[in-house]
Amino acid sequence: MDKILLDHGSGGKLSHLLTTEIILPFFDNTILAQLDDGAVFAIDGRRLAFSTDSYTVDPIFFPGGDIGDLAINGTVNDISMCGAVPLFLSAGLIIEEGFPMDDLKRILASMQAAAKAAGIQIVTGDTKVVPKGAVDKIFINTSGVGSLRPDIRVSSGMAHIGDRIIISGSIADHGVTILTRREGLTFDAPITSDTAPLNHMVRNMFEVSTDIHVLRDPTRGGLGTALNEIAMKSNAGIHIEEKRIPVKDAVAGLCELLGFDPLYLANEGKLIAFVPGEQSEAVLEAMKQEPFGEDACIIGEVVDEHPGKVVMTTPIGGKRIVDMLTGEQLPRIC
Amino acid sequence: MALKHVEEYRDPELSKKLIDRIHTISQTDVRLMEVCGTHTVSIFRSGIRSILPKSISLLSGPGCPVCVTAQGEIDAFIELARNDNVILATFGDLMRVPGTSSSLLKEKADGRDIRVVYSTFDGIQMAKDNPGKSVVFLGVGFETTAPTVAAAIFSARQMNIENFFVYSAHKLVPPALEALTDQENVQVNGFILPGHVSVIIGEAGYQPFFDRHRVPCVITGFEPADILRGISMLVDQIESGSPRLENAYPRAVSHGGNEKAQRLLQDVFEPVDAVWRGIGAIPGSGLKMRGPYVAFDAADHFQIVAKAAPEPKGCACGEILTGGKTPPECPLFRTRCTPMAPVGPCMVSSEGTCAAFYRFHDEE
Repeated sequence: MDKILLDHGSGGKLSHLLTTEIILPFFDNTILAQLDDGAVFAIDGRRLAFSTDSYTVDPIFFPGGDIGDLAINGTVNDISMCGAVPLFLSAGLIIEEGFPMDDLKRILASMQAAAKAAGIQIVTGDTKVVPKGAVDKIFINTSGVGSLRPDIRVSSGMAHIGDRIIISGSIADHGVTILTRREGLTFDAPITSDTAPLNHMVRNMFEVSTDIHVLRDPTRGGLGTALNEIAMKSNAGIHIEEKRIPVKDAVAGLCELLGFDPLYLANEGKLIAFVPGEQSEAVLEAMKQEPFGEDACIIGEVVDEHPGKVVMTTPIGGKRIVDMLTGEQLPRIC
Repeated sequence: MALKHVEEYRDPELSKKLIDRIHTISQTDVRLMEVCGTHTVSIFRSGIRSILPKSISLLSGPGCPVCVTAQGEIDAFIELARNDNVILATFGDLMRVPGTSSSLLKEKADGRDIRVVYSTFDGIQMAKDNPGKSVVFLGVGFETTAPTVAAAIFSARQMNIENFFVYSAHKLVPPALEALTDQENVQVNGFILPGHVSVIIGEAGYQPFFDRHRVPCVITGFEPADILRGISMLVDQIESGSPRLENAYPRAVSHGGNEKAQRLLQDVFEPVDAVWRGIGAIPGSGLKMRGPYVAFDAADHFQIVAKAAPEPKGCACGEILTGGKTPPECPLFRTRCTPMAPVGPCMVSSEGTCAAFYRFHDEE
């Protein structure tokens, strides 16, 4: 492979290989090697979480949000998935020559609103303008830091046998919204992105249990890829039940029409939590109290079989593997 | 928007009854073949293999249009993509299929103008928007896809669009069933016939094949209960020794099929011999433009000839497509051939048997 393909950015297996085999060797250290959503380290005894993410979404405005709130919520959530409380963010804008000023203001306003909703501050930033064609309209990078209680330890490598797997709501909303807009497909169905800050929900979850083992926001690559990464890093067997996974009717219908699997479509306001069985109901209840967790439910558990693999029971009682996505899902012929 | 009308066919209770029935009636070992990629994926996705009695083996036949596209045709697509004046419009499945030396995805990374579309008509719009370029749509698919391509060619002619072309690599299902049944090494006790293709050609489209070979045939839909009902009907036919051509998908498939689509196909295309990957040349199993529509034939316009190209060394796609091998029996499966680096098309298409085994099946 001598060139970067779009598949390297899909969040699936090729992205994983790009990260682990090409990028990681250049910067290898014990913190980075964790490959979690953010880095966790201590400075002068204070535990901090630090994370960065770049946003290149096309279209930049979509039902339910835009690249602005996506960029804030994404980094707020990455820090939250470390078990930390996000505090301060940076924002870097790369803008294409000719970009409408009104669109920029609209994006900044939605960043402002998202920051307020999450209760964080944007405290440093950078702006670059590049010639037409050097970027597609506008790219945004955000980085952020958060503080972490000394008694909280979460990581994708900490799934234990007996853990229940909770998802905070319906999957694939963001992915379907973007795909249908990008392809110029319009449907009457009320499908909107789920972009949302999850930090308040995470704080409430830790109030009822400090024993949460894994937190992940299944963004690019979707639920299927996130569960596979957890299964591999924890060397644990994951079992889920298809009928328990919430998918909105309209989303399921569109996926069916277009040949996409909701398990692999992106979410921008959902989290999955691995919680010891005896505490799972309490954590679930705490999640349900939150506006972004009303539809939270248990979708499966960690089992003493098939370590490293995700197995799903289908509605008719059959069993099958849920593999990692291998590249961008492409629309099919028939 | 929600596809509520299919809910009843996903009813777990209905499926469980059918599963129980199949377990009760199945006595002898049987090999049933589905010839439709959507069936293949549905069977894997719902885990049907894991709940059938051991006596029933399901084989995936040549039902994925990408998988049966010959190596030489893929090379022809790439040759077209390398023409600086051409915008190639294609369905997404074809992007990763490896040709002899490249793939459309790699060509795109090299700067060729290759665009993924959802409909042939997107190609016509592209031709209108780019008058200085030639837009070539890659026509790959069975009787299901071919009518929409025919409709696009028909419209392009009516609109006097001169820079829209189709490279037709379409394939027809009944001639493939004939060819499979005639092969000595292929042992199939019954066919699960494709739902979508049957919507177009109807039950009647298989009658000549059935009359000649008297092999059990059932047309089925795509929900788990549809497929289980089809299997149950095939097992009934086999156990009672009375082969029939039956339709278990009457809510979508009529006896005569979609006559309007059939007329359109006949107006725009004529049957031609075609090479299928793994099977070889099958008489009358392809489609090419006829009469005034030849003007839209990319092969003709650009003088592209699909050359005979050897299939990748060690790749068992051919035997897999004819039910001779299962993917795990191929020495390249999961070793040199994965969805990330596919050797054969059965691994690259989301509907390919190897990809389905790779994604959904635990062979341990």
